[in-house]
Amino acid sequence: MATVTGAPPLAPAPGPEERSPRRRGRLTPYWLLLPGMLWLLVFFALPMVYQASTSVQTGSLEEGYRVTWHFATYWDAVTDYWPQFLRSVAYAGAATVLCLLLGYPLAYLIAFRAGRWRNLVLVLVIAPFFTSFLIRTLAWKTILADGGPVVGALDALHVLDVTSWLGVTAGDRVLATPLAVVCGLTYNFLPFMILPLYTSLERIDGRLHEAAGDLYARPFTTFRKVTFPLSAPGVVSGTLLTFIPASGDYVNADLLGSPDTRMAGNVIQTQFLRVLDYPTAAALSFLLMAGILAIVTLYIRRSGTEDLV
Amino acid sequence: MEQYEPDRPSPASPAAPRRGLRGGRAALTRRSLLRASTGGALALGGAGALSACGIPAAKNTAGVSSEDRSAKEKRVSFSNWTEYMDVDDSAKRHPTLDAFTGRTGIEVEYTEDINDNVEFFGKLKPQLAAGQDTGRDLICVTDWLAARLIRFGWVQKLDASNLPHAYANLSRQFRDPDWDPGRAYSYPWTGIPTVIAYNRKALDGVEVRSLSDLLDNPKLKGRVAFLSEMRDSVGLTLLDLGKDPGKFTDDDFDAAIARLQKAVDKGQIRRFTGNDYTSDLARGDLAACVAWAGDVVQLKADSPDIDFVIPDSGYMISSDNLLVPNKARHKTNAERLIDYYYEPAPAARLAAYINYVCPVDGVKAELAKIDESAAGNPLILPDAAMAAKSHAFRSLSAKEETAYEEKFAKLTGA
Repeated sequence: MATVTGAPPLAPAPGPEERSPRRRGRLTPYWLLLPGMLWLLVFFALPMVYQASTSVQTGSLEEGYRVTWHFATYWDAVTDYWPQFLRSVAYAGAATVLCLLLGYPLAYLIAFRAGRWRNLVLVLVIAPFFTSFLIRTLAWKTILADGGPVVGALDALHVLDVTSWLGVTAGDRVLATPLAVVCGLTYNFLPFMILPLYTSLERIDGRLHEAAGDLYARPFTTFRKVTFPLSAPGVVSGTLLTFIPASGDYVNADLLGSPDTRMAGNVIQTQFLRVLDYPTAAALSFLLMAGILAIVTLYIRRSGTEDLV
Repeated sequence: MEQYEPDRPSPASPAAPRRGLRGGRAALTRRSLLRASTGGALALGGAGALSACGIPAAKNTAGVSSEDRSAKEKRVSFSNWTEYMDVDDSAKRHPTLDAFTGRTGIEVEYTEDINDNVEFFGKLKPQLAAGQDTGRDLICVTDWLAARLIRFGWVQKLDASNLPHAYANLSRQFRDPDWDPGRAYSYPWTGIPTVIAYNRKALDGVEVRSLSDLLDNPKLKGRVAFLSEMRDSVGLTLLDLGKDPGKFTDDDFDAAIARLQKAVDKGQIRRFTGNDYTSDLARGDLAACVAWAGDVVQLKADSPDIDFVIPDSGYMISSDNLLVPNKARHKTNAERLIDYYYEPAPAARLAAYINYVCPVDGVKAELAKIDESAAGNPLILPDAAMAAKSHAFRSLSAKEETAYEEKFAKLTGA
């Protein structure tokens, strides 16, 4: 890393007549970056600064807010709402694991076994996006209705006894329980898991499988030693794309949950829109961001995938 | 990072452009990009920048100086809730609005862009706080938001001389809300009773007569819902506790919250809902819930199992109110539109379609011509006994509003 210093390497001693196109060439990447950087500045950096400022202000909507460096807002936010934060992480984590368990076989199937159906299946994976997020979530209320066939079947198979014992459902219902929220999250973010998995699986050279077979690897060993490691970038980016939005989600907890399943996103929404306590809402947003960032950093460190995107 | 030192790339190497982007220290790796942008953001977010951006006071003290172009421009733009206006068979035209245009020549730009008070407030806030035109001449919001807009000085005082019918025909129970005495700024579009609705099939023989049945009956555990609108849920609870929602104290409020909290803790209350309780109730996932009367009229028409009960302790009533925001360009036209809907004939047409309490007196005969059953429905035209049981939530100071909403938010799980 330390060997190369300064600007990207150039050919030695360019002639004077060559200089100006060269210079333009050197600047080209930065010009290309400009729109993106401006976008980030206006829609990411500035709002962040604004929120950071809001989080240390005090006052009221009526009299206005002033920056008073009131950092206690953060402490109050943590002590008041830590259960919701824990829940966010737990539900998003559970949904991510479920997405991986459901998504990996499907992505594998699409990449290696779907043949001419591949495009059709891919379209089917993306098709739910043609409907609004809200409508899709509301549909789950019908699917999981108390007297509905799904809950009836689960009850008959005594699955609900187990889940109730685990504390993720309540009695003979699924709606308005943690399980319903996790199901909703899993469903809504599943495509974000499948697509990166599919891309990284699809890139694997089929001859590697043949080679593994030639070296007497059983199918499972081939999967463990060849396929899975090569798909690791997809797993990492898929889990991130699922976990990050899921932990900030509030729609699923709102529609499918109960007062006991509210997540950090719900608290932020309520504080911002209903209570009009902008500093607390801003502080909560920062805490959520910091929490997710910490978890993601740890995760990337552990999975050690530098080239994940 | 330390083990692998890439060779200094030769300019001739075909891989150079790639490595130029990824290899060198000054070159662009994802990490350096991240580091640079975080650094940049932090530099930007230095103390100076942070303290520079306070939020100015929302209250308007400068007064309104909008030019009323009503005489020149025969237009009025009206923002309302969805499904809050009569429609013809094609579901495209609004007959009462068409009749208004036919009579006055004033074109109504009718938009159904209000879905939620808090969201609508968020939408209007930047413009109204900055003293700008919202592009709307007439808006329709619920009491507490109307009270807030008046308190902030964000809406215009109405000219009584343009509102003869409205002045004469407004029902007594809506005449004098404590947040707008004498209706100087607002006129109600509809009254919204909050009652208890139930699904007979899902109740399975359990009798529901009061809020206490919802809160205490173990047979209804997990099959009861309350509204996420603080004033409706807490108001009914206050009534059930024998307090008056029109003049309660902090202690009364806390007692009501504690009563609800107990029910939440033992899993009695399934959810705090917005409008979406209707499907839950129709499906039978909810056996009983706190509900808005207009929805109940609709649900009853669709399913014979659904009915409502008015607790002996009384019920809550709120209203959606028409207001003219600051800087509106067609105030007089807006006032004429308000006044038009206080004439018995259009008011009856509207009431027959939208099923909420009609705040206009003297519409019974007109309504009976259109829909006999609606004219006899106390949820649309309340009789004296029904009107006597209605209670309005008192207006709150800014401080109370924040404190109460905060407590209620904690109750609903945040």
